[in-house]
Amino acid sequence: MTRLEKWMSTLLVLMLIWLCLVQDLLNLGYSKKFHDVILSLPVYLLVTAGSYLLGTLGFRLANFNDCEEAAQELFMQIQEAQADLSSKGLIL
Amino acid sequence: MASHSDIPNRAGSQRRRAKEAEAEAAGAEKYSVLLPTYNERENLPLIVWLLVKSFEESGNNCEIIVIDDGSPDGTQEVAKQLEKIYGSDKILLRPRAKKLGLGTAYIHGIQHATGNFIIIMDADLSHHPKFIPEFIRKQKEGNFDIVCGTRYRGNGGVYGWDLKRKIISRGANLFTQILLRPGVSDLTGSFRLYRKEVLQKLMEKCVSKGYVFQMEMIVRARQLNFTIGEVPISFVDRVYGESKLGGNEIVSFLKGLLTLFATT
Ligand SMILES: Nc1nc2c(ncn2[C@@H]2O[C@H](COP(=O)(O)OP(=O)(O)OP(=O)(O)O)[C@@H](O)[C@H]2O)c(=O)[nH]1
Ligand SMILES: [Mg+2]
Repeated sequence: MTRLEKWMSTLLVLMLIWLCLVQDLLNLGYSKKFHDVILSLPVYLLVTAGSYLLGTLGFRLANFNDCEEAAQELFMQIQEAQADLSSKGLIL
Repeated sequence: MASHSDIPNRAGSQRRRAKEAEAEAAGAEKYSVLLPTYNERENLPLIVWLLVKSFEESGNNCEIIVIDDGSPDGTQEVAKQLEKIYGSDKILLRPRAKKLGLGTAYIHGIQHATGNFIIIMDADLSHHPKFIPEFIRKQKEGNFDIVCGTRYRGNGGVYGWDLKRKIISRGANLFTQILLRPGVSDLTGSFRLYRKEVLQKLMEKCVSKGYVFQMEMIVRARQLNFTIGEVPISFVDRVYGESKLGGNEIVSFLKGLLTLFATT
C-alpha cells in the first residue's frame, strides 16, 4: 500500500465512524448537547492539529542553530589554505 | 627558502604514505569522495585542501574524484594544477564535456571509484570535510549502510540564511516528515556517506532530480531495508560562485514530494 492509500483509508475509516456517531446508527440516544460536540469534532481536530503543527514549526525555527563559529573557522581556514596552496605553486 | 619548506612537506607526505600503506595492509577501508563541480574555480582548491587535511589528520585512506561538467570558468585548469600538487593517485579528474546534471555526475563518478565507501558532498564549501571522520566513526559504530549529515538535529545548523529561507526550509522539512515518515531528519541534504554497492543499487532505482533526488534516495533505501545513521553538520552558505538551482525550486520540490507520497 502506498502512503497515499494508507492516508486515504485511515481518513475513510475515521469519517465512517464519525458518520455513525452523527446519525446515531447504534441508537445510543445521546443528548442534543453531546450531538453538537460530535458534529463539531472534525473542526476541533483540524484546529488542534493545525496549532500543534504551527507550534512545532515555531519551536524548531527558534532552535535552528546559527553556526557563527563554524563560519568563522571556515573563513580562517580559507586564508590558511590560500596561503599554503600558493606556496605549493597553485596559480589562480 | 623554498627547499627549506620542502623538507617537512616531503616528510609529511612520506609519513602519510606509510600510514596509508599500513591501513591498506590491514584491509582497512578506502573512501572515495565524489566532488561534482560546475563553475567552482575558487572553491575547488579550498575544498580539496580541507579534504586532504581532514583525511591526513584522521589517517583514513581516501581518493578525491572531481567530476567537472565543462565549466566555462576554468575549473578544470585549476583541477589539473591540484592533480599535480597532490598526485594523480589522490586527485582523480573525471570530467565530462558538458553540463549533464548532478545525478549522472554521481553515476559517472562511482564508475571510477576504487574505494569501498563513497562520500558525496558539494564542492562549494557549504559541506565541511571536518565532519567526515565523524561520518566514518558513525558508520563503524552502527555498521550502517548510509550515514547522512543533518542540519536539523543536535549541534547541526546553518549559517548565512535569512528568516524566510529558514521558514521555508523548516516548513518543507516538517511537511515532508509528516508525509513520508522517513526516520531521517535531513532528507534534502547532500552530504552523505554510502557503502559503494548500496549507492550503486540506489542510483539504479532513483529517477528524480535536484532536492527530490536526495529525498528519493532515502525513501528507496528504507524500502530496501538499508540502515541509516545521522551526524549533525553545520552548513555554511556558499561564499564564492553562484547557486545553480533555479526559482521554481519549491514547485518542483512539492511535485516530487507528492509523487513519492502517492507512489511509495
Ligand atoms: N558536475 C556537475 N556538478 C554540478 C552540476 N550542478 C551543480 N553541480 C555541483 O553540485 C554541487 C551543488 O550545487 P549547488 O549549486 O551548490 O546547489 P545547492 O547547494 O543546492 O545551491 P546553493 O549552495 O544554494 O548554491 C556544487 O558542487 C556544484 O558545483 C552539474 O550539472 N554537473
Ligand atoms: Mg551548495
